[in-house]
Amino acid sequence: MRIFLLLMTISSSVLALAPTPAGKQTQSIVYHNANIHIGNGEVLENATIAFDNGKISRVGHFKMAWQKSDIDLKGKHVYPGFILPNSSLGLTEVGSIKATVDVRETGQNNANVRAIVAYNTDSELPPTLKFNGILLAQTTPQGGLVSGLSSIVQLDAWNWQDAAIKTDDGIHVNWPSSMHGKFDFSTFTFKMVKNKNYKKQLEVIKSLFEDAKNFDDNKQVNLKLAAAKPVFNGSRKVYIHTNNSKSIIESINYFQSIGVKGLVLVSGPATEPVIGFIKKSEVPVIVGSVHALPSQEDRSVDDGFTTAIKLHKAGILVTIGYPGNMGSRNLAFTAGTLVAYGMQKEQALKLITGNAAEILGIDDNYGTLETGKSATLIITEGDALDMRGNILDAAYIDGRKINLNGRQQELNNRFLKKYDK
Amino acid sequence: MKKIILILSLLAYFGAQANPLPTAVVNGSKDERHVIYAFVNAHIYIDANTELEDATLLVQDNEILDVGDNIQVPDGAIVHDLDGQNIYPGFILMDSDYGLSEAPQKAPFTFFGKEIMDSTIPGAVNTNEAIKASYNAINEFHHDAKKAKALRKLGFSTVLSSKHDGIMRGTSTLVSLNDAADQSSIVNSQQAVHLSFDKGSSKQLYPISLMGASALLRQTWLDAAWYGDGKEDYTDLDLQALNDNKPKQNVFEVKNWQQAVLANKIAKEFNKNIVFKTSGDSYKHVDAIKKMNRQLIVPLSFPKTPDVSDELDAWNVSLDKMLEWEAAPYNLVYLNNNGIEFAVVPKEQKTFFKDIQKAIKKGLPESAMLAALTSTPAKILSNKSLGHLRKGARANFIITQGGVFNKNGKIIENWVDGKRFTINEKSMLDSGNYQLDFAGLDEKLTLVNKAGNLSFKSSDKESKTKYKSKVTNNFISFEIKKGDETTKLLGLVAKNSVQNIPGQLPAWSMKRVSDAEKKEKNKKKDKELIPVVPRPFSSYGLQQPSTDSSFLIQNTTVWTNESDGILTETDVLIKGGKIVKIGKNIQAKADRTIDGNGMHLTAGIIDEHSHIALLSVNDIATNSSMVRMEDALDSDDINIYRNLSGGVTAAQLLHGSANPLGGQSAIIKMRWGATSDELLIKGADPFIKFALGENVKRSRSQQSIRYPLTRMGVEQVYRDAFSNALDYEKEWKAYNKLSKSAKRKTSAPRRDLMMDATLEIINKERFITCHSYVQSEINMLMKVADDYDFKVNTFTHILEGYKVADKMLAHGVGASTFADWWSYKWEVNYAIPYNASIMTKVGVTTAINSDDAEMSRRLNQEAAKSIKYGGLSEQEALKMVTLNPAKLLHLDDRMGSIKVGKDADIVLWSDNPLSIYAKANKTFVDGKLLFDRERQSEIEIQIANERKRLIEKMNKSDEPKKPASSKPPKKMQCDSITGYEYLLGAVK
Repeated sequence: MRIFLLLMTISSSVLALAPTPAGKQTQSIVYHNANIHIGNGEVLENATIAFDNGKISRVGHFKMAWQKSDIDLKGKHVYPGFILPNSSLGLTEVGSIKATVDVRETGQNNANVRAIVAYNTDSELPPTLKFNGILLAQTTPQGGLVSGLSSIVQLDAWNWQDAAIKTDDGIHVNWPSSMHGKFDFSTFTFKMVKNKNYKKQLEVIKSLFEDAKNFDDNKQVNLKLAAAKPVFNGSRKVYIHTNNSKSIIESINYFQSIGVKGLVLVSGPATEPVIGFIKKSEVPVIVGSVHALPSQEDRSVDDGFTTAIKLHKAGILVTIGYPGNMGSRNLAFTAGTLVAYGMQKEQALKLITGNAAEILGIDDNYGTLETGKSATLIITEGDALDMRGNILDAAYIDGRKINLNGRQQELNNRFLKKYDK
Repeated sequence: MKKIILILSLLAYFGAQANPLPTAVVNGSKDERHVIYAFVNAHIYIDANTELEDATLLVQDNEILDVGDNIQVPDGAIVHDLDGQNIYPGFILMDSDYGLSEAPQKAPFTFFGKEIMDSTIPGAVNTNEAIKASYNAINEFHHDAKKAKALRKLGFSTVLSSKHDGIMRGTSTLVSLNDAADQSSIVNSQQAVHLSFDKGSSKQLYPISLMGASALLRQTWLDAAWYGDGKEDYTDLDLQALNDNKPKQNVFEVKNWQQAVLANKIAKEFNKNIVFKTSGDSYKHVDAIKKMNRQLIVPLSFPKTPDVSDELDAWNVSLDKMLEWEAAPYNLVYLNNNGIEFAVVPKEQKTFFKDIQKAIKKGLPESAMLAALTSTPAKILSNKSLGHLRKGARANFIITQGGVFNKNGKIIENWVDGKRFTINEKSMLDSGNYQLDFAGLDEKLTLVNKAGNLSFKSSDKESKTKYKSKVTNNFISFEIKKGDETTKLLGLVAKNSVQNIPGQLPAWSMKRVSDAEKKEKNKKKDKELIPVVPRPFSSYGLQQPSTDSSFLIQNTTVWTNESDGILTETDVLIKGGKIVKIGKNIQAKADRTIDGNGMHLTAGIIDEHSHIALLSVNDIATNSSMVRMEDALDSDDINIYRNLSGGVTAAQLLHGSANPLGGQSAIIKMRWGATSDELLIKGADPFIKFALGENVKRSRSQQSIRYPLTRMGVEQVYRDAFSNALDYEKEWKAYNKLSKSAKRKTSAPRRDLMMDATLEIINKERFITCHSYVQSEINMLMKVADDYDFKVNTFTHILEGYKVADKMLAHGVGASTFADWWSYKWEVNYAIPYNASIMTKVGVTTAINSDDAEMSRRLNQEAAKSIKYGGLSEQEALKMVTLNPAKLLHLDDRMGSIKVGKDADIVLWSDNPLSIYAKANKTFVDGKLLFDRERQSEIEIQIANERKRLIEKMNKSDEPKKPASSKPPKKMQCDSITGYEYLLGAVK
């Protein structure tokens, strides 16, 4: 294996490596005649966007003389870089090989475990996401009752410190439910059984947060309580993961009752029967997956495609995720799917840009193309939510023009050349 | 044999003492009796359809001497006056392990353990541990007084006892619950041969699937016939037993109605006489069950009522489950109404009579229930002396007060082989009005006697006096409570009267004076209608599809996939399942005209690699070519309908990827509503799944010992299989050439279903779809095929096809790949989303497939990715999910494009079909409109209303409730064993 990799590096200078991260923006960039999708629901046609030192300096319609270096986009599209929440990106390389998987620490309470330190900037996966317009992601631990701390990263970086745009943004809690599934190999059937540890599990979660509330790290050493403490001053969010309607109610009620403000629900179809409650509690939602089969035989055939639409229509702040690593590059197309099933196009775009930034708490700088915010954006030939139009001309992170070609493009070129095509 | 049993039974009469078997030592004086019993004035059910009033039954020893309403009681007979009582034939229990040791636990399956390749059973037995044909229940039968007592309490006198372990389970024994010595309990020592699809306690790896069990059944029956020719040079006790027991009735235990249909199919292939022990779900497809024309043994099995009082819990209960809950209690009614013969067995002994009453309440005639417990079992057992009370029958009968199936009825005595077993005390006091005389108190009471529970009330409704009573043997304790004053009385009970113990004080008496006034039953209960069963049994089977058979789709954009390319403003006429006309302004009559303006019409999507509509996916023999996916079809799978909603009209249902040589494909159309057999595309070329790489070398199991563990071994598996198949062919050819007389002297080669299928491949009669990833193995298989002079038809997955596309073109193999899957395991690390486009550019026929029930609904989108990655044209992209898979499956003469004469498998899309915004609006299969998005909201409302109705019904039900919970869906993929791997952390 090591020899194999060595050979690969000799045979091609690019092939086995992710693209070199781009350098800082050195000169101002101006694009004209662009369809600028702001990411807040608005779109500006034939407009201009300019950025300098990594920040957007102008966006809109201006009567100014063009500079020589200005570029005419001739109706191409500009979008904010897409944001992928709740992802194992950088923590998992090849799913079936344990040595390449860093997503799930052992134990039930891992409040202090930090995804950011395991985030692999040299992973082969981020280039494939960038190629489709995803420039930011939340790298998120999984498993146990309290999985640990996520961070928000940009996908073109030398190392994790360089990648981090918001470190330890949230603590991830898997709220248990009173029933859980079990495969019985003796009868070869899947059964729903009572979760015997339900109360104990709740106690693990509750004692962590209640003890953290009054925890004073000057008096005592406890890394877990220290990790949970910031949720009470609003500097760290709590991400509740559950796809059980009653657990949604219980968990939100619980965290609100102990004074946690930054709550985010990561869920799916189980939100639907409690939409009213979620709306009233003002908790935003990350819909885990759009490409999902209906959760039950009798549900609408479009069940998975419409959960986010229903939540949005109810007035809930919502974004969408994409489970697993291999498919998450299709995030934009799942937003497109929402359009097919009834959401407005710019609104669907907003889900994976403006809304995602707001929910993850990075909207001061990211998520929309507004003056003063980071120039983290993509330029596409066509409609970026459609496979046929999602063809990137360029992408910028903080004004840095990033290299979009990774190993997959390199292999494509190599073999087209071999076959003379 | 029978005679001996008779004699034994005679001697066993009155077996309170040790049974004097003729060979046994008599320790004392011989005590043998031949008393005649006369049961007079009884209501006798001679059989399920014949009743006699005031009749007499004569019994001597273990035989019915006579029965009738005009019979002379012989002198010296002991007379039992059964005035007001009933006699029924004793019940026959058709499914039990009574008197046998408990079947060993099912061996748990593990993904990652060391495989057990061979049988672990010592002895000259079959090489597959699930074949236990040489087992005979008689060899270990030992009567069990405690269990016998419990069964007699339910009215049973005869039991069919078998071991519920394995696929071929050996023979059962028919025994009597007479509490006599084992020698005297046996009615038929080897009654029937028992079978199932469940390998039971077998620790051996193969088979783990339904289709594997089917293949093993077929092969074992073939082996037995071959072995029986007497030319074998080894001993196999199981094959020997199969031959010895060939004339016997077979009892096949199935877990669902689909298994019954499958078992019936296999039984017909081998001309086997079969009775089914069902799981009680025949109602889901009673037509298919009726068509089998077999007798059934049916458990009284009703789903528990989910607790849906909480709306959030209710949300988690699928309408499918609710429909089951409503329809299952009618199972016997559906069977009876369809003239299907059935025996009934308890599911739970505890609730046996309650369950019987439930079935009767749902509309099953009592006579049908009685037949199901008496005459039908006897018929199945071909036993003329059981199941009735005519002259000469075995003296097995039960005496009851009240109807035996009546809530207030009870069994008083159960006579087995002429031997009396008392079950309940006979009630002396019938319900009615009684006159109480006590200390000047002269009160009228009303008695309600509910199966021996007495409840006295004053006839005067104003009266505040309360009565309590308890009858023990002949005594009654009677309590009168008037205000604070309580009086306790003791009395003796006679028929309908009570008196104080003579000579004892206080004096009191009570006497029945009249029948109770019949209460006018005002509550006219709404007679429950027999629920309409959806077909398929699914929420989405509730609505019948349109019966229109011709459609004119007007003014639409037609993607022909032919040289015409895309035709705008065009009409298409479909009729009789075919595309009849394509053109502008077609003037033709059609059942329905559809305005296709603004929409796009394409050929139906064909998924070359799918695992939907299957009951299981993987078997695990290295060469599993003998297993057939058509044996595991599930026509009720909702994913068929969901596929239609994504424009999919046909698919190849593949075996999984656990083996270098996998099972035979089932190629189906999405004919939602059809039976499994009807799903299959008639005349389609046969295909088979092969697999290479990590899955077949069991990469995720550290402890695996199954050959092959490397790609080197994989090649040798193929060379071994193909070389041996050719050898096998040679052997058969040589044998077939022999003259008749020479054949008699020569051993016929063993027919081997695995070799048959392998040989078909070499002979170009069966075509390979091979799961493949890396270039080395792709290259290897093409080379192996070349060496054996055939072509690989399709490489599926083929994620490194782009590296050897030129070699694939030269070999003539097609590709069916994913648009952009990668990174889930090492062998897909160099997968690129340009794969499909590179292979297409090189000239390889390339399709995009799903391997996933969710993604198959979006294959048009997956195809569209080749526009982004690789710049294919839209028409090229669409062909990758329509015409190209049709070509790969050799079906392009019938499907895959819009051309006159082709099958009307077409889809009307809301938008350009390659757009993310396109939805399938209408999907036609064989010219039938099987999915219509316009009707979706109507269907969803219907489902919502049905849910509401059933939730109300459940909430009203007074049955005990179980907590409601939702079960996550099964997801079948290439490496699925259970379908729940995705929840259990087992990686792809």
